[in-house]
Amino acid sequence: MKSLGVIFKRELGSYFATPLAYIFIVIFLVLSAVFTFYLGGFYEGGQADLIPFFNFHPWLYLFLVPAVAMRLWAEERKSGTIELLMTLPVSRADMVLGKFLAAWVFVGIALVLTFPIIITVNYLGSPDNGAIFTGYLGSWLLAGGYLAIGSCMSALTKNQVIAFILSVVACFVFIVSGFPLVLDLFSGWAPQWLLDAIASLSFLIRFDAISKGVLDLRDLLYFISLMAVWLLATAIVIDLKKAD
Amino acid sequence: MIKINSLTKRFGDHVAVDNLSFEVKPGEVLGFLGPNGAGKSTTMKMLTGFLTPDAGSASICGFDIRSQILQAQRQMGYLPEGAPCYGDMRVKGFLEFIAEVRGLRGADKQRHVARAVEQVELQGVLGQSIDTLSKGFKRRVGLAQAILHDPQVLILDEPTDGLDPNQKHQVRQLIQQLASGSNKIVVISTHILEEVSAVCSRAVVIAHGRLLADGTPDELEARSKYHQAVTVLLQQPVDSQPLLALPGVLGVETERDGHQLTVLAEPGAVIFPAVGEYARQQQWQVKELSVERGRLDEVFRRLTAEEAA
Repeated sequence: MKSLGVIFKRELGSYFATPLAYIFIVIFLVLSAVFTFYLGGFYEGGQADLIPFFNFHPWLYLFLVPAVAMRLWAEERKSGTIELLMTLPVSRADMVLGKFLAAWVFVGIALVLTFPIIITVNYLGSPDNGAIFTGYLGSWLLAGGYLAIGSCMSALTKNQVIAFILSVVACFVFIVSGFPLVLDLFSGWAPQWLLDAIASLSFLIRFDAISKGVLDLRDLLYFISLMAVWLLATAIVIDLKKAD
Repeated sequence: MIKINSLTKRFGDHVAVDNLSFEVKPGEVLGFLGPNGAGKSTTMKMLTGFLTPDAGSASICGFDIRSQILQAQRQMGYLPEGAPCYGDMRVKGFLEFIAEVRGLRGADKQRHVARAVEQVELQGVLGQSIDTLSKGFKRRVGLAQAILHDPQVLILDEPTDGLDPNQKHQVRQLIQQLASGSNKIVVISTHILEEVSAVCSRAVVIAHGRLLADGTPDELEARSKYHQAVTVLLQQPVDSQPLLALPGVLGVETERDGHQLTVLAEPGAVIFPAVGEYARQQQWQVKELSVERGRLDEVFRRLTAEEAA
């Protein structure tokens, strides 16, 4: 585990070594403001909460988070540095976790920079700040789920564009798995428990609860185990495909 | 000590490394020779833990590359082919990252980085991002990361490929400097034969993943048909047929319209005195008379062509 910190530090630094970090943060902040104030009707709702803000996060992340995740492994593969990295005395877990945590913290930084909205809502009314904190936590967990999926997709290919598209599609499937769009495919023939299982995989349903300030241990476990499973898959994919 | 035992790697139907076995002892600079696609890089990738062998085993300083790969990797410095580095990092930051991964911290880290920087002469570019460096400098950064932790085993995959003659010379000097007087192992893969004569104490030739020859560069040269051959450079063409009657002469090759004779020796025979004597008797106008050590490239071609046939 000694190398995890070293890998984490390098990865996080590499985001800020290129314009990527700044572009991402600016776009994220602008879009979340646009979504909250125009599409979400933050003022018109007249409610002192951040539900219009969090409501759009699953959709905002759908395009922005895969853009962060796509470079995680595809770039190493493309530039050949994967050979350097994997011949250093670093365990597979340290590599996968270090890279993932760096990306997750990076998205976390972008998320924290939306703090003016907390000031705004506190200025306008007296919101439940505990619920807002839970909302932020949920949003960060959601981003972690997207990132873990994106990490695995990035490990599959050396082409970042392909990694991006695959991640968007995979994340989209996880968003809509609770919707009739997906459930109708199964409802004719599948047993109820399978339907429930599929519906329970949905990001939206889980996130909806957390973003309203209800932190259920099961939802927390859902996001953590989702990340664990996708990161494990990342490690397996890297082992299988490292030399391609 | 590197022990390689029946190492095999397949890619689909293609056998890249086929039952390869050899050992490298401390103090040796091993030249790993072979045509492109012979399995040199694949073997190195297995030794360094990037690829997993399909069969066979290998150990580095006693650590098995399957079960103790992290310990084995700590003993090794590796320059992958093309010297990939994180291009968006600055040279100093990159080397510090490698040092930290190698478990070096604080003053220890600074000392190791400074030593590696000095050895490959990177002082002038420490603050530059690696992407902006020339090919020669990038290669040196790759070398610096490989030697940074003063490893017992240094594995360099085509360290001079694509460099200009001056840079090649520098890299070779560096390799000699690293290997001299230490008990370290250096393994260099190459298809440039002059490099083997220049830096290696031992050469291993492989083709199609199989071992073809193993010996010192001198021993390999002795396998050349030009070993102990005598080259005569003449003012005027002469009748070379009588040379065939001399003891130990195997044949005569004529080049440059008869102005150059190469008299081949039978294996083990020394024919230089006899040829010289004969030329003097016949009063040939000799411009130059020399003994050949043998031609590595000819040995290499013959070995690898036999394999292909």
